[in-house]
Order: sequence, then structure tokens, then C-alpha cells
Amino acid sequence: MTTGREVGPEGDPSEDAHTHDQVNATTDPLAGGGDNAVGREGLQGVRSQTNATVGTRGGRRGSGEGGSGRRRGGRRGGGRGDRSMVPEAEFTSYYGRPIVKPSPWEADIPAYLFAGGLAAGSSILAAGADLTGRPTMRRSGRLVSIGALGFSMVALVHDLGTPSRFYNMLRVAKPTSPMSMGTWILSAYGAFAGAATAAEAARMLPPRWRTRGPLRRPLALLPYVDRPAGVLAAVVAPAVASYTAVLLSDTATPSWHSAYRELPFVFVGSAAAASSGMAMITAPTSEAGPARRLAVAGAAFELVMEHRMEQTMGITAEPLHQGQAGRLMRAAKALTVAGAAGSLLAGRSRALSVLSGAALMAGSACTRFGVFEAGQASAKDPKYTVVPQRERLEREGPVRHPG
Amino acid sequence: MSWTISENSFWGPLDPAADAGYPEDRPKRKGFFTDTSICIGCKACEVACKEWNDVPSDHFDMTATSYDNSHSLNSNQWRHVAFIEQPKRLVTEGGGQDTGLRGTVDLGMPTVPPTGAAEQLANGADDRPDFRWLMSSDVCKHCTHAACLDVCPTGSLFRTEFGTVVVQDDICNGCGYCVPACPYGVIERRKGPDGAKNVGIAQKCTLCYDRLDAGKTPACAQACPTQSIQYGDVEELRERANKRVEQLHDAGIMDARLYGNDPTDGVGGTGAFFLLLDEPEVYGFPPDPVVTTKDLPSMYKHAVAAAGTLLAGAAVAFLGGRR
Repeated sequence: MTTGREVGPEGDPSEDAHTHDQVNATTDPLAGGGDNAVGREGLQGVRSQTNATVGTRGGRRGSGEGGSGRRRGGRRGGGRGDRSMVPEAEFTSYYGRPIVKPSPWEADIPAYLFAGGLAAGSSILAAGADLTGRPTMRRSGRLVSIGALGFSMVALVHDLGTPSRFYNMLRVAKPTSPMSMGTWILSAYGAFAGAATAAEAARMLPPRWRTRGPLRRPLALLPYVDRPAGVLAAVVAPAVASYTAVLLSDTATPSWHSAYRELPFVFVGSAAAASSGMAMITAPTSEAGPARRLAVAGAAFELVMEHRMEQTMGITAEPLHQGQAGRLMRAAKALTVAGAAGSLLAGRSRALSVLSGAALMAGSACTRFGVFEAGQASAKDPKYTVVPQRERLEREGPVRHPG
Repeated sequence: MSWTISENSFWGPLDPAADAGYPEDRPKRKGFFTDTSICIGCKACEVACKEWNDVPSDHFDMTATSYDNSHSLNSNQWRHVAFIEQPKRLVTEGGGQDTGLRGTVDLGMPTVPPTGAAEQLANGADDRPDFRWLMSSDVCKHCTHAACLDVCPTGSLFRTEFGTVVVQDDICNGCGYCVPACPYGVIERRKGPDGAKNVGIAQKCTLCYDRLDAGKTPACAQACPTQSIQYGDVEELRERANKRVEQLHDAGIMDARLYGNDPTDGVGGTGAFFLLLDEPEVYGFPPDPVVTTKDLPSMYKHAVAAAGTLLAGAAVAFLGGRR
């Protein structure tokens, strides 16, 4: 029996009609008794959810108090430099298995977080450059923004389980879904940034095309598109930079959700640092003064907000210091500090500007990957789901609606 | 399609089908009451679910920690029987007399044979086993406030007229957002096996939406030999569950408690709720889950403030001094 139609990985747009009437057909029991002939991939799939924890902790051991499998201390696998001064929290779980599931997202998503921030910041810088007479910075900002946006789109579609159905994102506009809101924010931003970059590209055409030839009329529109589109892109861009924090936080992933107050600020700081770093690389030092100032401010803001974030996250801040995420976050901090210091000193030094800019961009990328990996790690360990909820229960009692 | 957002749309007691805009003549909210105190771990529910819903089998191995061989709820496992072995007696020490619950409800559960437990006999005169097996058939909770549904960007996940939450396989594009959103770790994007349908698409229990449409009981509840899985109107099931807890408390089983039955809890109560004999996390449940979208308005506010900060910061960078 089947419920719904069989849909191949490619999907079929024509099936979008009559969506939720499920079709009963005759029974075709799957894999009757032959369950032993197991799909190996599935096995690995399940293992990957469970093995992350098994073996590193005691789980239930048939000893101790009431077999409740509480554990304390003793578990430190990867991640040098872990902060193990604090005694391990005591908690119970089902044989150390994860409770919530980590997102199925791969490197595409943190790469998009970085590229989206870079695009957004570049559009803002480009608009500022346009309004203050910095033509090279305007041009590089617009080109970077559209390049980063294009990369983002490819990454986002590539990460879908069924990429050929990416357009289903445009079926609804749903305020309860940050991803839906993000889709529309990106669409609006993409239209403006695209128009601004088209105008920029048109400027690069031979001047005689404006007076002669088939492009004469469209090119006459240029002045009406150029600055307005650039400014509108810059107005929408901050939303592109900050909504991604909501995208991560609006989940049950412990280290993302508990960061929801500060993460948008960390991400806009990171976006400012990355895009300013890029502007310092691509624009001449004579034009890049605002980029250097924004680089220092963005980097400092990111570092301060990241620190505050960790203060409020409680135990779910731990994954930010452990394993892969810990390495990334330490690298992010070092690179961002170095890049900010370099930007302060760079002045008219081209070499130092390029170096600082590169460090800031790398720092921003490390922040995104670090936050992403920390969340994934927090979902794979039941500790970060159970302990904060238990702590809240002890502090405030169960969460109950007052009405 | 109604666009009204009622007071409790994000959190609080609510009739989810009514909130989704179904008219007055909708059916009553349907759900499961899973009474784990009479689950025998036979896994008939797992098998029935797989058969009826054409859920692929994808592994066959023991976890090496208990008799659990299906690991977790996931895209290829819409019912999962947790199996827990504890050195603990069913009837709490001193908690009432042993009212003979074991005698009257003998389900053929394995006991420790005296010959294999010489030390136990030596230690005490009591021949009751000093360990217990807890079995619990887990399933999608069909939350009143379902985070998976809230965050779905395509509208693939939807609220049915029965108040349940179902994925439309032909809409889902596999964005995977519902996966980390679920506070119970239920829904998952199907990764395989090769050749299975709906690979790359989010999959979970539908509460047998097709069977409900035909007025039938979901496959798992139909197959359950002990009525551990009870299907019906959520309202009525909640009353039944309250009575059952009282009954167990009277019998000295003071560990008995309900999980997910309270419409004021963090997810507005679940359509599928449970009677447990230990703390929720022992069974792999979160102890006090809260739907993530409860905080969404605040998240948006913070994001708007951050966006404003970025724009203001950039403006200052351009206006503040010229070099």
C-alpha cells in the first residue's frame, strides 16, 4: 500500500495539485521476512545519530541509584583545551542517545551564513560609497554582493533534500517560519542588489553604447536605477545579515536556541567585519576609510556580543569550546582580533589592508562555522537538552501557560 | 485559509484544528494515549506501522545496550519501542501493599528464575525480582503547538482536520528545517535506503491520516495486543489516562505519571501522550519541552534591533570623520 504518490528524488512539479489526499492502494508489505538484507546506508544513517554519544558515556549501567544511569564526570573525548574545571552536570538519558536531532544541514549552510553576511555588508558599503563619492568601493561592493548572493543561492538549493523543488519555498509567506521570511527577504534583496549590479555592469560598457546601438534606450534608464536600487538593497541588507540568527535560533537545537538574544548581534558584527575586510582588499586605501572604521567596530561588536552570548547560554555554551566548534571559535577570535588590530593600523598601507581584510573575512567564516558546529554537537548530546530543562524545572517549575 | 492569529497561536491551550481554520463541523481531535505500564515490548506497533505506511526497513542490529533494535524515532521508524532495564522494583518500597498487580495482570513478562538468582535469594526473603523492564512505544506527539509545522517554509507540513500534523510528500523540498525544530527529535529527512520512496523528504508518523479518513484506527493501535496504545478523541483519552494513573497509584505504583497530557505545558499538550513509570528522560523524552516558536516574537525583535545596529554602525562609519 502506498500513501501519497511515489515521488522520485527529482520530484515532479505537476504533482503539486491535490496535495494531501492520500491514496490507499493494495498492501505490498515491505521486506516481508527478509529484514536481514539490510540497506547498509540506513544502518550508517542511524549509527551516525547514536554513535556520537555511545561509548563516551556510561549511560545506564545496572548499578548505582535505581539504575537511573546518572553520570558525572569522566567524559572528555575530543577537543583539547576544554574547560573541565566545572564539575560535569548530572543527568539521565536513554542510554546516552540524543533526544533532539541535529539539523541535516551540511557545510552549505554555515558557508551561506558567511556569504549572506558578506553580501549584505557589501551592499551597505556600496551604497555608502555611492553616496559619498567612492566609485571604486561602490563598484567592488556591488560586484562582491552579487557574487556572494549567487553563491548563497547555490548553497541553499544544494542543501535541500530535493533541490529540484526549491521553488516550493515561494508557495507561502509564513511569518512563523524564519526560513520562509528569509526566502522573501533574500528575494527582495536579490532584486535590488541585482538591479544595482546590473547598473554597475552597464557603467563598464563602452561609453559609445549609450548613444548608439540597440542598448541605447535601456541604458538611458541607468540613472533612474543605479542609486535607488543600491540604496534599497542597503536598506534590506541588514535583514539578510540578521535573520540568519533567527533561522538557527528558532529550533530545539540547544546551543542555537539559548543564544537567540545575542546571536543576531554576533552575526551582524560578523557581517560588518567580513564585508569591510573585503572592501579593504578590493577598494583603494584612499577610499576605504569607512570600511576600516566599520571593520574595527564590527569586529569589536562581534567579540563583545559573542562573549555576552556565552554568559547567558549556561551549560549550552560548552560546545562552543569543545572539539571542532571549539577550534573554529578560537580561530575566529584570534583572526578577528588580528584583523581589527591590523585595520586600526593599516591606514594607507595596502599590504596591511589586504592582510587585515583577509583575516577579518576568515574570522567571520570561522564564527559562522563554529556556531553551526556547536549547535550540531549540542543536539547530538542529550546532556544539553536534559540539563537546561532540569535546571529550569528546579528553578521555576514546569513551563505552564498562565491562562 | 485563515490569517487570524489568536492569542494562543504561539503557545497556550488551543484547539489546533480550529486555529488552523477548520469549520465547526470538523471531527474531534484525535490522538494516542500510550500506557507504557502495560507495554510488553512486542513491537507489533513498529511492524504494523511499517507495513501500512510502507516505511522502509533500514537496519537490523541491536544497540548493545538493551533489547532495543530499532534505535530511535526517525524517518524510517515512526514507532519506536524503547527498552529499559533498571535495578528497581515495579512497586515502590513501602508505597502501599503489593496489591497483586503482578498477579492479576500477568502478561507473561519474563521473571528472574530462582535458580539464576541465588545471591538475591540469599540476600533477602523476597522472591520478587529487584529489577524491572520498562518498555514504551514512542511516536510523533502531534503537538498542539508543533514547531515542525511552524517552521516549515513550504507549507508541506500541515494541520489536518483531526488536529494532527502531517507531511505532504509532494510539497516538501527537503529543506530539513523541521528536523532541528522538533523538541522530541521525531521528524527526519529520509536518507535512504536506495530506491525507497521519499528519499530527501521529511518523514514522520501521520497518525495514519489515510485510515482516519476512512474511520479506521491507526495501524499501531490496531495491532497493539495489550491496548498499551489507545487511539481516540484526545479529550476522552486524557480522562482515561487520569483514571489509569489513579488506579496505579492506588496499587502502590507511585512512579506512574502522565507526560504530554497537560494543555498548558510547553507545547500546548500533545495529541499523543504517555503514561510513564519513570522520569521522561529515562525513556529518551525531553523532561520539560517548550516549542521553540514560543520565543519567536522575541527573536524577531532582537534580529530587527541587530539589523538597525548594523545600518546605524555603517552610517556612522561613513559620516564619522573622513580619511
